[in-house]
Amino acid sequence: MTDRKTLQTEKISGHSGPSPGLGMQRDFEVCKLVDTTTCIGCKACEVACVEWNDMPFGMTTFDNTYQTMPETRWNFWNLIKFNEHQREDGTIQWLMRKDQCMHCADPGCMAACPADGAIVKYTNGIVDFNQENCIGCEFCVSGCPFNIPRFNPGTKKVYKCTLCSDRVGEGLEPACIKACPTGCLKFGSKDDMKFIANERARQLKENFGMENAGVYDPQSVGGTHVIYVLHDATDPERYGGLPKNPTIPWSYTVWKWLFKPVLGAFALFGGLGVLMHYVSVGPRRPQPEPPEKEAANGNGD
Amino acid sequence: MTNGWIDIKNTDMMLIMGGNPAENHPCGFKWAIEAKLHRNAKTIVVDPRLTRTAANADMYVQIRAGSDIAFLGGVINYAIQNNRIAHEYLVNYTNAAFLIKDGFKLPEDGLYSGFDAEKKTYDKSTWNYEEGGDLTGKPPAPTPEGQNAPAGQGAQHSDTGKGLGYQAASPTGAKAGTGAPALPPNIAFDLSLQHPRCVFQLMKKQYERYTPEMVERITGIPQAEFLKAADLFTSVRKDGDMKKVATIIYAVGWTQHSFGTQIIRAAAMLQLLMGNVGRAGGGVNALRGHSNIQGATDMAGIFDILPGYLKMPNPNDVDLATYLKRATPTVSKPDPWDSFNYWSNTPKFTVSLLKAMYGAAATKDNDWAFNYLPKIDRNYSWVNIWNDMYEGKIKGIFAFGMNGVMIGPDSNKNIDALKKADWLVVCEIYPDETSEFWRAPGITADDQKKINTTVYRLPGAGFAEKDGTFVNSARWLQWKNAAVPPPGLARLDQEILATIFLKVRDLYKKEGGKFPDPVLNATFAYTTPYNPSLSEVAKELNGKALADITDPKTNITIKAGQQLPGFAWLKDDGTTSSGNWLYCGSWTEAGAMMQRRGTDDPSGLGIYPNWGWSWPMNRRVLYNRASCDGGGKPWDPQRRQVWWDEAKQSWVGSDVPDFKPDSAPKDHMGPFIMNPEGIGRLFVPLGAMADGPFPEYYEPIESPIANPLHPAQSSNPVVKKYKTDMDKYGTLDQGFNVVCTTYRLTEHYHYWTKNNPMNVQLVPEPFVEVPAELADRMGIRGGEKVRVTSARAHYIAKAMVTRRIRPMKIDGKETFQIGIPIHWGFRGISEDEDRTAKTLANQLTPTVIDPNAFTPEFKGFLVKIEKV
Amino acid sequence: MELSRRTFLKGTLAGGAGISLLGFDLTPVYAQTQSLKISRATETRSTCPYCAVSCGVIIYTLGDKAKNAIPQVVHVEGDPDHPINRGTLCPKGSSLEQDILNDRRLLKPQVRRPGGTDWEDISWEQAYTEIAQKVKKTRDDTFLEKDASGKTVNRCEGVAWTGGCTDTNEFNYLAVKTMRSLGVCYLENQARV
Repeated sequence: MTDRKTLQTEKISGHSGPSPGLGMQRDFEVCKLVDTTTCIGCKACEVACVEWNDMPFGMTTFDNTYQTMPETRWNFWNLIKFNEHQREDGTIQWLMRKDQCMHCADPGCMAACPADGAIVKYTNGIVDFNQENCIGCEFCVSGCPFNIPRFNPGTKKVYKCTLCSDRVGEGLEPACIKACPTGCLKFGSKDDMKFIANERARQLKENFGMENAGVYDPQSVGGTHVIYVLHDATDPERYGGLPKNPTIPWSYTVWKWLFKPVLGAFALFGGLGVLMHYVSVGPRRPQPEPPEKEAANGNGD
Repeated sequence: MTNGWIDIKNTDMMLIMGGNPAENHPCGFKWAIEAKLHRNAKTIVVDPRLTRTAANADMYVQIRAGSDIAFLGGVINYAIQNNRIAHEYLVNYTNAAFLIKDGFKLPEDGLYSGFDAEKKTYDKSTWNYEEGGDLTGKPPAPTPEGQNAPAGQGAQHSDTGKGLGYQAASPTGAKAGTGAPALPPNIAFDLSLQHPRCVFQLMKKQYERYTPEMVERITGIPQAEFLKAADLFTSVRKDGDMKKVATIIYAVGWTQHSFGTQIIRAAAMLQLLMGNVGRAGGGVNALRGHSNIQGATDMAGIFDILPGYLKMPNPNDVDLATYLKRATPTVSKPDPWDSFNYWSNTPKFTVSLLKAMYGAAATKDNDWAFNYLPKIDRNYSWVNIWNDMYEGKIKGIFAFGMNGVMIGPDSNKNIDALKKADWLVVCEIYPDETSEFWRAPGITADDQKKINTTVYRLPGAGFAEKDGTFVNSARWLQWKNAAVPPPGLARLDQEILATIFLKVRDLYKKEGGKFPDPVLNATFAYTTPYNPSLSEVAKELNGKALADITDPKTNITIKAGQQLPGFAWLKDDGTTSSGNWLYCGSWTEAGAMMQRRGTDDPSGLGIYPNWGWSWPMNRRVLYNRASCDGGGKPWDPQRRQVWWDEAKQSWVGSDVPDFKPDSAPKDHMGPFIMNPEGIGRLFVPLGAMADGPFPEYYEPIESPIANPLHPAQSSNPVVKKYKTDMDKYGTLDQGFNVVCTTYRLTEHYHYWTKNNPMNVQLVPEPFVEVPAELADRMGIRGGEKVRVTSARAHYIAKAMVTRRIRPMKIDGKETFQIGIPIHWGFRGISEDEDRTAKTLANQLTPTVIDPNAFTPEFKGFLVKIEKV
Repeated sequence: MELSRRTFLKGTLAGGAGISLLGFDLTPVYAQTQSLKISRATETRSTCPYCAVSCGVIIYTLGDKAKNAIPQVVHVEGDPDHPINRGTLCPKGSSLEQDILNDRRLLKPQVRRPGGTDWEDISWEQAYTEIAQKVKKTRDDTFLEKDASGKTVNRCEGVAWTGGCTDTNEFNYLAVKTMRSLGVCYLENQARV
């Protein structure tokens, strides 16, 4: 047999009928574990991502924070969010969280995408954008509950973290995982990652006095293939706007099968696409302010 | 590091202070995280700022920059008062029981005995041990009374041997005839630690003054918080139990002070007091900040030593014998104990070095070319280079990968110094501030025409283009391979240096000149002398036999020309050569030990004995004999490094014993074999320290308060200020009311990555970290430009307004601290795009140096801050 | 379309672009993962030049070391065998490729003459010759054989050496050997500061 075992598609955006070839291979779900309690915000993951993917460098500006830029960009898929959280006793907790595509089991981007094959989900859980098939309608941007996909006006395509599908397909871990100096990033099977994450949360509760430590693996999107250990799982929002209960906009889940092919056609005529976008999800949300800006203005005490 | 990077995983407790490893050593910091994950180890971070290391700590304590000795002294006091000390270790492995001479005085008024106010130096003759044997009043007891030594450990000392075992090569005894005070051969001691002049009692008295209240006044740490930290750190030695172990981790946040060496001494004392040195997961761990400054120090790239930490000769060393007499310590110990005194081998190391440097020209008749070496009689250290150049004494300077203008201190002085030099030779890979000092901001084209310095800028090779050895912070030698050729016309650094030297040699051959002998005779017998192979140099460093030599004990012979297997083979009769005795064993007949890539770690302690090679003789944890009790059994059987094997009558273990292998426990040889006493020094006798045998707290030269311990002697009494018109020092009265500290960011590396577009994208511009409360008061908002002014210059950058630095109460007064990352200059990606003000952090810093290590006081100086 | 086989981006570019224009499914590319850019590159083991953790790095260069292939760095990644970093790298180590392939690198010897306002190019040979002459003159002018009390000191007082943090052991030794032989006392290194 000359075929190499490779990534196997499970779901395909805008595709009617079953995913071709599904069920021909055994597979297991992969997962990234991000332990925010051992993240040192060093940004090695940011660099490893840019370097592996040979992405062009962009301009950044000092913005009163250690955070590289306010949000991820089409050429910067992986961003540590820095947040200064004031504890009840007045002391400061400096939180760092790696923000990137969550590789949802039930991806909002895919639910929103009208283009056949622009987004694929592999049986191992990776959600990958295929720019060859992308029509640049940006529905995925509004469909994502984590504010991740980024439009490149130059190519008129949308980009995001691939979970290094090229590396994983060759049997390697993703670039960010390999680089992470402290091991706060881990990669393996989803089962293993869940086990390690829960054990760590238990350790934090029992030995480090963190009563609310817990694992973030939101079931509202069917679970994710990037999961977090949080010092305080009751308030994920404080980690740079990690939604407590991420949901796909209802319009996409309800209208998906009705409108998708039509929407795809509309997208060719940009204006109509934008109209539908507005109808389906409303005006674009403003980018959330990084909380440390409040501190910067001296509002904190 | 006494220990190593991986070894941190073996710890139960970390005090991280004067360092920011999560940001500056992220990949080493993983082992701290491993200790948390797998041992539930706790971390205490004491730092002026809530850094990314502090963000990961179990306890973060904000301290005023420079007040570290007050904190550590307070912890020493806490440990003694609460019996959180390792009693057996203290009595047997340190000089706690040794008596100090009558007439020695503690610095209640800020001065130890012997101060000469005019010369600002000490007569150290009272800083010495009393002579006289056992004063305990009875024969050494198995376990000294009145302490909570754990049951069962006493028996090991019931047979404290008298004068048994190994006699060091040089005779035991005082240095007769030199007239200089020497350590007594037979130290008086009191194993009950009760004698008022024993080191333990003196130490106790010294640090009783460091009460929690005093700590709060000096450091700004509230008493309750200090007590919590002291309790947590010393909790590993609760009731004297020896199982657990704590480590102290530091970096240049400790060294860059006018009392830097004494901060580290204080940490070492605390670790000795708690019995944490020599043990897996313990130690005093300096995290060196550059890839090969450990190697550069080993190799004596600094003025005051020769390779392998041999002393630099001075003019009174009129011949080799005189030098060796001064440089070779003699044993000084309690009579019944034993001491290896490894430095007694100094003559072998020295003659072998001279043979490596001068080959056949070094003969017995010419004292092995001892006079080829320059003899120093003053301080030629870093800050003095720039000072003396500024004063016109230095005419030419080489800067090989060293950006002296950026490094400072007082960069403007360094720029002005270079204007006075005749020539400057820079070897670099990027355009840097030093090579372009003549067009620094503010120097006009007209000014440039008046600068007569000739500057050569030679393109050197980057790390990926060179092979050779780096030594990491854990003393591991590791060979690296070249991957690509240098770009353009760039050349290998060794080719550039060798060619310059050989061309100078040619000129001396042709024209003659002043004392040409060393220039003509330095060995350069490499296959291609103009571009020496670094493998050949590495072999020269290891050393070889110059004649057939035979070990009388084993009858093993090493033939002339063969590589030596280790420094035990070195001779002082000219039959061996070795460029650095510490590296002897690194490239033997078996091959290049530093190229090994064995990944086995049988003990699980992270020793990796077959990866690279660690000096000395592949020992991974220094002083590891101290990981065992007196009887040679590991304090913690779960972390066994070395131990005494009674059947083999030898020390064995997972690590190479840092000890005389056949010295039985009953001989009571001290585990600190590099000290002539064989023990760890709580009290440093005689001349080793310039400013006191114990660390005393002194204020930085620029300080917001008078020292609450002794206001009349506020700062370090032996520190001398520089006296040119450039050297200015600020005071509170002049309006310099903010404490400033400087540091690196994890995203950047010194003055190098400002040329790297990836790192520039991560942090594009310079900034100043300003506490939110101070910013409020000054009307500064995040992102607005501020001007920071010291007595020397000003610095302009955007403000990062943060709650991670809080206001402090220092001796009752509200005090603010700000912080400045050091990475930006006037050449770099952002600089060349005019995105910065092109001011240098080190234009602000003062020309003040630590009297022991001569490191500048980059941390904790005074500034004022205003909105631009 | 063989969906179970890795499809290479290049091979499917034209088809992919064509179909997505219409937005409807003809023969779209579903699995577009690229081949690994380092799969046949040459690996060279080195050590990161930044801090003293000494992370092992692998430098990947284009070509298989054949004589005519001039190695070009395509990627740098941590060495998973290295016991300390175990393949990890910090943000500086992770960007080493940009240090090696940097368009700001100095590529030729230059000199700034007294009173000069710019750099001039100089040949290596000329630079070496001039530097050697200056070193010798300064040494001869400032060499002190005996101090005031007549003791031998053999010092060259007019020359200073400042060495860098990334100099190898072997280079440091050559610097010590040559500079001390010239009589240099102002011999310092990043290790001091």
